[in-house]
Amino acid sequence: MAGKIVVTGLGATTPLGGDVESTWKALLAGESGISTIEADWVSEYDLPVTFAGQAKVKALDVLTPQECKRLDQSSQFALIAAREAWKDAGTPEVAPERIAVEYATGIGGVWTLLNAYDDLKNRGPRRVMPMTIPMLMPNGPAAAIGMDIAARGGVRTAVSACASGTEAIANAIDRLRTGEVDIVVAGGCEAGIHPLPLAAFASMHALSKRNDNPAAASRPYDIDRDGFVMGEGGGAVVLELEEHALARGAKIYAELVSGAVTSDAYHITAPDPEGTGAARAVLRALEHGGLQVTDVDHINAHATSTPVGDIAEYTALRRVFGDHLDKIAISATKSSTGHLLGGAGAIEAIFTILALHTRTAPPTINVDNPDPAIPVDVVTSPRNLGDGELVAISNSFGFGGHNAVIVFKSYEK
Amino acid sequence: MAFSQAEVLAGLAEIVNDETGIATESVQLEKSFTDDLDIDSISMMTIVVNAEDKFGVKIPDEEVKNLITVGDAVNFIVSAQG
Repeated sequence: MAGKIVVTGLGATTPLGGDVESTWKALLAGESGISTIEADWVSEYDLPVTFAGQAKVKALDVLTPQECKRLDQSSQFALIAAREAWKDAGTPEVAPERIAVEYATGIGGVWTLLNAYDDLKNRGPRRVMPMTIPMLMPNGPAAAIGMDIAARGGVRTAVSACASGTEAIANAIDRLRTGEVDIVVAGGCEAGIHPLPLAAFASMHALSKRNDNPAAASRPYDIDRDGFVMGEGGGAVVLELEEHALARGAKIYAELVSGAVTSDAYHITAPDPEGTGAARAVLRALEHGGLQVTDVDHINAHATSTPVGDIAEYTALRRVFGDHLDKIAISATKSSTGHLLGGAGAIEAIFTILALHTRTAPPTINVDNPDPAIPVDVVTSPRNLGDGELVAISNSFGFGGHNAVIVFKSYEK
Repeated sequence: MAFSQAEVLAGLAEIVNDETGIATESVQLEKSFTDDLDIDSISMMTIVVNAEDKFGVKIPDEEVKNLITVGDAVNFIVSAQG
């Protein structure tokens, strides 16, 4: 296997905080980023779900008004996360042709699209602004990052619903291993807290309806979970080959060992109850990294808090790990952040990386009554993962039967 | 009520500032939108539509290419009124 790939920069804006440090701190403190949506459209449309994981720091407070005008909110989150990650990586001086971007979204510029449709209906075609298309296209966030850091080695967008962010990071592996580029900014974002996606997810009974207690609504592995909670934000990681990172004296958070993507071809939205596709993704990912199932110490689970999804993932994990699953510390961080859809894999990769880097698995909140159908070792308060080499995986699964898994290892020089 | 040349210039400067962040005092009659103010065609179309709304005039697409300077735009809007 060609050289090691390492993580040298992290950036995020999430329902828990406007950057990685504040997000991680709030996550470890067991905070919830879920709250009631204070917008007129909630009552205007009489939405069945009135809460979400809204970005803790508004993009307008970080970017210039002109940047915000030309970027959909999804791209705004992407840019904020990528700038933080790039700076955290030491603002690498790399030839633009050797820089690539792999940046995902699940839905794309939904606010831009629907606002433009309102303009068309209410004010006519001339009032549909010329930036509408570049703002709504799903590759907009990746393109915005590429423009910002002058990445000319290829800018791509994985679109695989809630698996997108993880798939984007997995896609970065080949770009680096083939030697095509020296450095990749990877991750994902979402800005879908809009009445239409809320209504649509609610109509398929995917969302929690715990309107009276939003902070308790996202409760993976709890017996009373009733659906996921929409979240928004973005995450980005800077990836490069170890020798490249060492040569420029970069700090290294962890090693990105491997990744794998599989598909169910079972049902457009329901997970395969046997979890075979998800299990294959985990197995392939470990295999690609030359690892045994018994090497795994920590899992950041997909665990969205839907009744069937959490069980399907558990079934897949039990299938892969057997008895060793009981020795793995499992964190379901969507309990705090909500589900960032295309951004989920990105921020959860960051949580996995920081768990290895700090040797601390983050807590899962709201597990008041663990579901007996999911007998796993759920981390409910920050837990030390011990000494020695640590291996962790992060899972993401998406509508369409997409399964994406990435594997990280603790890094020692 | 028609807007004076000074009023149109001030209003246009606000629109330009809102779209691009360029300081209103930099938006002067002799300045070229592209060469001096570095305004691209996408921003220009947004500025045109916002100017139409603000001053109650029509600025046809085929006319926009003739609006080289801020002064061109101000004069067009002033003469297109009422």
